Parts: sequence; structure tokens; C-alpha cells
Amino acid sequence: MAFKDLFRHETTRHKASSAGQVMPDSARCVQCGICTYNCPIGIDVRRHAWMGEAVVNSRCLTCGECVARCPRGVLRFDHTDLFTEADQ
Amino acid sequence: MTRHLILGTGVAGIAAAQSIRSLDVNAEIILLGDDPHGYYSRPGLAYYLTGEIGEKQLFPFFTTDFQRLNTRYVKGRAVKIFRGEHQVELEGGNRLSYDSLLVAVGSQAVRLTVPGAELEGVVKLDHLTDARHISQLARRTKRAVVVGGGITALELVEGLLSQRVKVTYLLRGDRYWNNVLDEHESRVVERRLQEEGVELIFHAELIEILGKRGRVDSIRLLDGRTLRCDMLAYAIGIQPRVELAKDSGLAVDKGILVNEHLQTNDPNIFAAGDVAQAYDPLTGRSIIDSLWNPAREQGYVAGLNMAGKKTAYIKSAPFNVTRLAGLTTTIIGAVGRGRDDDLVGIARGDSETFRSLPDSISAQTGFEINRLRLLIGEKHLVGALVMGDQTLSMPLQKMIAGHADISPIREKLMAHQARLGDVVAEFWKKWSRSNR
Repeated sequence: MAFKDLFRHETTRHKASSAGQVMPDSARCVQCGICTYNCPIGIDVRRHAWMGEAVVNSRCLTCGECVARCPRGVLRFDHTDLFTEADQ
Repeated sequence: MTRHLILGTGVAGIAAAQSIRSLDVNAEIILLGDDPHGYYSRPGLAYYLTGEIGEKQLFPFFTTDFQRLNTRYVKGRAVKIFRGEHQVELEGGNRLSYDSLLVAVGSQAVRLTVPGAELEGVVKLDHLTDARHISQLARRTKRAVVVGGGITALELVEGLLSQRVKVTYLLRGDRYWNNVLDEHESRVVERRLQEEGVELIFHAELIEILGKRGRVDSIRLLDGRTLRCDMLAYAIGIQPRVELAKDSGLAVDKGILVNEHLQTNDPNIFAAGDVAQAYDPLTGRSIIDSLWNPAREQGYVAGLNMAGKKTAYIKSAPFNVTRLAGLTTTIIGAVGRGRDDDLVGIARGDSETFRSLPDSISAQTGFEINRLRLLIGEKHLVGALVMGDQTLSMPLQKMIAGHADISPIREKLMAHQARLGDVVAEFWKKWSRSNR
């Protein structure tokens, strides 16, 4: 196994949530750009992390690629407001 | 028109430009930098070396972002501050005037001083230029030796391994990063490195690098051993770039001393980021952090103050998320103490706070790969180290930064073979609800 693959080992637990959005914790982010690089539809996820804003983008597939690839645990799925309200 | 001059194009400088602009749409903002690549993600260099991202991805800002910020970029190096005249002299003799000045020039690698350190193939990882150089050299490198400690040394080891270079890692003591990790954690990291084919040599002191035709050929250790290698990569610590401040009569200790407003002893000059030694009103100490987020926060606060909005920098518990031998690890607050023989002073991705462990009790749990270590004070958690599964790292970071009173769970945490993770998770649920 290549050393590079080791890094992925931990982060291959792709979670997907159709009811969710990707939420960054900007304090953990170092702007490395791995998230943006791996977004299959080219959303600049890193920009959202810099601004500390959820990835609110109608094109986002919530495929989990950025969440899984981030080496610093910056990104997670969060419920959208709509569903949070419904949950309560 | 007010002119704000920012020395340095790292994250502290960029954050300062943003906060100045948020308060003053008309001010002139000049970014002066000597890094030929301007603003990029310095921590991202580790992932560039492993091939996980290309060079292009290192740059978070586009030209349009700088246009929107309305900053002017001047490439150059400041050599002297004429404080009385409010001017900065650049290499070559040109001068730039300022109304307020931010020194955010960062830090640089402590240079290796052993004989042979000037040979081709002796490398460090400070800037993108270094990372590029390492990548190019690695293509024709069969065997490399890495010396040093902390995160950067492992970034070098991992980057070189990814490029199929056979790596030997020399440690001066008997374990890796002994003043931040505990022995078990050091061993986990070392074992994982060995499993990936890294040869670790403990109690190894490099005394000479030997060359052939100007290039690294081998190294010699204090015990007389000689090791063949084509590259010697080192990461023995960093030092804040304080020369300019020192020569200009600013108060300097290890870094440039600043008060809680990030202001130096000259009221028109501020400092932020790796070069600043920031006063923490909570502890009464002045601390150096070499971390991305504190640099960003300091830059932002310095910018607010430069633009006239008096704002205090509230230092929160430092933390860093890093990958040690492929294992995601979060270090929060104070987790160790003492010194590490592999480093001189501070390392990148490091905070002096990590090693300021007061009297506290350590509780730990978990298997080898998922590990949680808590440093428990009288009423609060003073630090935590989370290896592997990161579920609890954010809650712990918030609880440590928020000085959560852990009295209700302290006994449970201290119990023999306590299920720390469960206890913390349960407590977090209640605490986060009442501290929203």
C-alpha cells in the first residue's frame, strides 16, 4: 500500500445526507484546498471555509467527497435549517 | 488618504488587509512581501509534497479577490523602519511611507550549521520555493535522511516517502516529539513510520554532511557511523524573523512583543502571526504560536486596531490538527512540558502553550489508533490530544477554550479504565446546550 493511501484509510467513511449541507469549522481550516480540488462539480468549498459559511449551493450533491478528504476535520454535514426545525 | 503598510503576505497580512478594508473603503493598503509566490497556504505544502494537491491549489485567493480588496502588492524586502519619519526602506534603497505599519513577516527555519550544510541536496521546508525544490530533487533521490522534530520533520518524511524515496529518520533522543506526545503516542507514530519502511535511528547526532562534486553523498553521526544518502532534509525548528524589528528599536524578546491590541512599543506599528509574541491578559504571559488560525485572528485584530477600532486580541486555547504518520491528531491546549532535543525553540504548527502543562492529571483511553488523552486540572480540562477518530476533537476544543467546569464529571474521568469518550460526549451534550 502506498503511503498516500494510508491517509485516505481514515477518511473513506463517506457519509451522505440528502437533508444536509456541508458546514465548515473555519478555525480548523488552513486553506490547503484539498476540498475544492476534490469537489466533483467544482464548488470552491475552501472559500466557504474561509468565510465560515455553510456550503449553500444548489449544485452541491452532498456526496461527501470534501468532508472525507479534508485532512483536518474542518467539514461536516449539518442539517439544513428547514430540517432542523422539523427535527425539533 | 491614510496609508496602511503591511509587511508580509501570509495569512496574518491578508487577514489584516481584510479587516482594514471592512472599516475603511478609502484607505490605501499596501502589501509588501519577499516571498515570490505571495499568499498561499503554508500548511498546504505538506499535501503538495505528498501529491494530494497540485501547486495551483495552494493559492486560496484569485486576482479578483485582491482587486476587490483593493490592495497594492509590492514585491520586496523591508530592511529598515525609520520610525520617526514613518517610512520603511526596501532592499535597493526605495522607501515607502506609512501611517500605520503591520509587521507580519513570519518565521523561518533555523539553519543547520554542521559542516556540509551548504551542499546541494540539503533541504528545508519553509516556503513553496523549498517544496518545489524538494519535489524536483526527489525525482533523482534514492535515499534521504531526515533530521529534526515536530510536524515539519514528519511532513518531510511523508512527502519523500510518497515520492518513493527511501527514508531514514534520525532522532537525537529516544522518542519522537517527547515534549508534546506521551510515550505511547510517540511509539504509535514511530511504529507506523516503520511499517511504511522508514528506518528510525534513535540517539543519532548528525555531525557532518559529506559531499561529492558539491552534492550530498553521505552523512556522519557522532558515534562514527556513516550513512549513504542523496538528500538531507532538516526541520530543527523555526525562529521569528525579528531582525528588522530589532534593528528598528522595537521591543523584541523571542518574537516582537505586542500588547493585547497587537501594538508594539511604537503606537503606529503592530505585529501579528509567527513573528509576534502576543500578550495574553488571561495568563499574563507573552506567547509565540506558529499556527495558522492564531495568525489569522491576530492579523484581523491588528487590522481593526490599525483602522482605528480599538479591539483586544483574546487568545483562545491553541490547537492544531495535523497528520502524524497518516494518523489525524488534534492537539489542544497544554499537553506536555519540557524540551525536545530534536528542535531548537519552536516548530511550525506549534504553540508554546502545548508545552506549558501545569500540574494536572492525565487520563487516557483507547486502542492504539483511536486514542484520547485528557489533561485534567482542578476544575477544568487544560489540554487534550485526540488521535485517530476525531469525533470528540471539536467538543474538546470548545470545552477547553470555554473553560468548561468539569467538576460534575471529574471523578468519572479519573476512574480506573474510565470510558473517557463516553463521559466527555455525554457531558458535551449538556454543556453545549447551556453554552450556545
